[in-house]
Amino acid sequence: MIGNFLGVLFDGVAYGSLLFLIGIGLSVTMGLMNFVNLAHGAFAAFGGYVCVTAMNQMGVPFLASLPIAFVLTALVGVLLERTLYQRLYKATPLDQVLFSIGLTFMAVAGMTYVWGPIQQPVRLPEFLTGQVHAAGMDFGIYRLFLIAVVVVVTAALVYVVDRTRFGAQVRASVDNQQAAAGLGINVNRVFALTFALGSGLAGLGGGLGIDVLGLDPSFPIKFMVYFMLVVAVGGAGSIKGTLVAGLVLGIFDVAGKYYVPQIGAFVIYALMVVLLVFFPTGLYGKKT
Amino acid sequence: MTASPQHRLPDGRWRAAELAIWLLPVIGYFAAPNYLLLGSQIFIVGLFALSLDLILGYAGIVSLGHAAFFGVGAYAAGLLASHGWGEPISGLLAGAVAAALVGWVTSFLVVRGRDLTQLMVTMGIGLMLFEAANKAAFITGGVDGLSGMVMGKVLGVFDFDLEGRVAYLYSVAVLFLVFVVLRRMVYSPFGLGLRGLHHGPKRMPAIGASVYRRQIAIFTIGAGVAGIAGALLAQTTQFVGLDSLGFHRSAELLIMLVLGGSGRLYGGLVGAAVFMIAQNYLADLNPVYWQFWMGLLLVLVVMFARGGVLGGLAALQRRFGTKTK
Amino acid sequence: MARILSLVMGLTWALWSGAGLAAEPVKIGFMTAYSGPFADMGKLIDAGARAYLKANGDTVAGRKIELITRDTTGPAPEVGKRLAQELVVRDQVDFLVVGGFTPETLTAGSIATAAKKPLLIVNASSSNLTDKIPYGVRYAFSFRQITQPLGVWAAKAGYKKMMTLVSDYGPGIDCENAFKDGFTSNGGTITESVRTPLKSPEFGPFIQKVKDAKPDALFVWVPQGEQALGVVKTYFERGLDKAGIKLVILGDDIDEPVFNALGDKVKGLVTSLHYSTAHPTAENKKFLKAFAEVTGNAIQPNFMAVAAYDSMAAIFEAARRQNGNLSDSAKTLEILSSLKFESPRGKIVIDPKTRDITQAVYIRRVDNHGGKLENVEFETIPDVKP
Repeated sequence: MIGNFLGVLFDGVAYGSLLFLIGIGLSVTMGLMNFVNLAHGAFAAFGGYVCVTAMNQMGVPFLASLPIAFVLTALVGVLLERTLYQRLYKATPLDQVLFSIGLTFMAVAGMTYVWGPIQQPVRLPEFLTGQVHAAGMDFGIYRLFLIAVVVVVTAALVYVVDRTRFGAQVRASVDNQQAAAGLGINVNRVFALTFALGSGLAGLGGGLGIDVLGLDPSFPIKFMVYFMLVVAVGGAGSIKGTLVAGLVLGIFDVAGKYYVPQIGAFVIYALMVVLLVFFPTGLYGKKT
Repeated sequence: MTASPQHRLPDGRWRAAELAIWLLPVIGYFAAPNYLLLGSQIFIVGLFALSLDLILGYAGIVSLGHAAFFGVGAYAAGLLASHGWGEPISGLLAGAVAAALVGWVTSFLVVRGRDLTQLMVTMGIGLMLFEAANKAAFITGGVDGLSGMVMGKVLGVFDFDLEGRVAYLYSVAVLFLVFVVLRRMVYSPFGLGLRGLHHGPKRMPAIGASVYRRQIAIFTIGAGVAGIAGALLAQTTQFVGLDSLGFHRSAELLIMLVLGGSGRLYGGLVGAAVFMIAQNYLADLNPVYWQFWMGLLLVLVVMFARGGVLGGLAALQRRFGTKTK
Repeated sequence: MARILSLVMGLTWALWSGAGLAAEPVKIGFMTAYSGPFADMGKLIDAGARAYLKANGDTVAGRKIELITRDTTGPAPEVGKRLAQELVVRDQVDFLVVGGFTPETLTAGSIATAAKKPLLIVNASSSNLTDKIPYGVRYAFSFRQITQPLGVWAAKAGYKKMMTLVSDYGPGIDCENAFKDGFTSNGGTITESVRTPLKSPEFGPFIQKVKDAKPDALFVWVPQGEQALGVVKTYFERGLDKAGIKLVILGDDIDEPVFNALGDKVKGLVTSLHYSTAHPTAENKKFLKAFAEVTGNAIQPNFMAVAAYDSMAAIFEAARRQNGNLSDSAKTLEILSSLKFESPRGKIVIDPKTRDITQAVYIRRVDNHGGKLENVEFETIPDVKP
């Protein structure tokens, strides 16, 4: 029984890690740049397609395909930011929603055109599949790997935002664009780089997620709810918040499905509603 | 999103342009007899968009779960008709009441937060209702849908026909009646108070108006109107599927409303018409990739016609200084 | 001489009637999901129908076949109703073919019945569907039909205690009941039935539950695509195969994507379905060849494509028997609902009373076949009623 519980906890943490990885990019663009980017899933799916194409058609190993997905998605992100997104920084959230949904529709059709409507096959390398047995329990290796990636990504992000000059510039630009520009910060450049970071993370999350979530052109719409969920509950822009939200939602979702499968589908949504009623700006959101 | 800055209070007099708009359905009936079912579905979705406009455009509540109320209304009317009560008008009222009730209960959860929170809470409620309807397959028919609806004649005279004439006229009549009532409401002191909520939520308490109570009231009314739209679709399709509660429907609705221009009553109607006609046309042209062109259209509207179609028109009007609006 | 004369007369008549009708093509309103989350299904169904026209020409009894395609966007009943109404009223089609789910098939069916146009059901698979569509004829399958024999097989294969895992909605529950029925009436016991949420991307907790309960085998059906892939992946990842818990699964879940993602691991999995690409008949080879030509080898056909292929065969036959004159729709319906022919899947028979399909169901095992993994049939249960 206790072994069951620990197993469920581990699975919950692993699932939460995945939620974190697919949501963190959105948290960056939405929280730091105040842009409601519903097209986040399209960037994630693009990252996934980059991984699959690199692996299946060019023989790149899985681990090497992840940084490629990050970089290429970031590049596409910058390109779109310079040409389209930046014109809408001052627009109302509603306009941003509409714009990014439009972009999502185009991406879905575009991906259908390029990669076809079918599920993309992903085969993980042998050393990432299966389970290891330790302390009387079985741990999925890929799940351990996801948790490890979360630790690395979180550490890197916290370091970049809190400790580097770039991070300081980002925070300054977000708090007060005019003052930041007055201090000689190239706000445009900072925003472009932040957007690149956010989209790159989306691409990375997509690449890591395909083994569990699958990948077909409707990915951006199918999982939109999940990206939004993590970011809203965590509080946009908070790395810690996204992490905590991902873990809480992951653990409760998995535990709900294991112990009370009859209502398993409701758990994650009900939890979200309850959390948002008590924390309207998210667990770690800015109080406005 | 904001209305053009008029310095005179909006009044309730009917303008010539409005009358022209309401002539369109009449012309459509005679000019496009092969498109009547599409027409009736545009009116229904237009009514649905109008209900979202009440809470988004007037009370400033962003909802991504409005289909919840549409679905409740549809199932209410559908269940009545499949259990032997096929009279359409009372079915509509039942849909409105059921949806308003659910709207009233959920409004207490929704009005607490700000934009993103409201978006997510409404979405969560919608998703939970969807799961509940799926779970309750013994009542709703689950994913196979609620079939076996037997509809009576509208007003005891008009039977739903294959060409969709009755569906068309019935839908447009209901839309018009509801519109007239809502239009009256929007120009009443209550409606002006709603505008106040939207434009200055901090100032409203200062003049002694309760923001909270007004928001709950309008959310409930919005839900009720969505329920009428749902019931109308159920009756004209004679079927209710789980998709009536689906997230897709809520998201598309938001798109239509913003496309048309929110906060203008007519925005929802225009948005629904543009969206559905474009979708129909593009899908006929190329069934596989119509979504691409739909997406492009949305992006272009946001880039070049802020405030949607009506917002864009209003901007043009201001620029060329005519005051006919 | 008399023979020659009659031949000439017959020929002249054929030419004359053929020429008279040649101007009017046979119009088929072809509805399936060309966009949205089910676009891959639409692609298969569309290509299946076109494969028939490729293999058999697009003319029958002197009349050209015209497919008028419409996008249902997925399970959207009011769209289905509107498209069917427009196809009937505006385009004046002779047949409706619906490759969709139960909701839009039912609403299109109400139009078909009101307008007296035969409707061919090529995908919707809930039980007794044709009862609700008086002008509908089913060329697909029902979940009950393909699941119950698998339950019988599992009991005969010696499994005593089994668990079931299905998606928590209509089709899933149909499968659960049909499997239970076949399995328990032959001496097996179902210890627990797990139902997973419709949109769950994560099967870890459910599979873990099964692993902890240690049944002899597990029966699974979830919707194709990422769900099927997810559940099979999780089964292997959690080592249920090594723990001695066998997997028995409905055949639509085990196809190309699963083979590509899991490779040789899935060898030996037992499934049931009414069609396999490995079905060893000339009719199937003809289908596979035409399908590959139509799609440029881009996708693998499956049972949905075959159903669409068969719907065209049925329409051709109905047109042929009436010499291209389709004005009597009751007659056409009668022909469509009493057909019996060799399909790529095997022999199919439509029961005139129910207008539903009776066909063979195959128990298959994943194995190497012609250099790649395929579902190879090893047991046939003939003439299974819907």
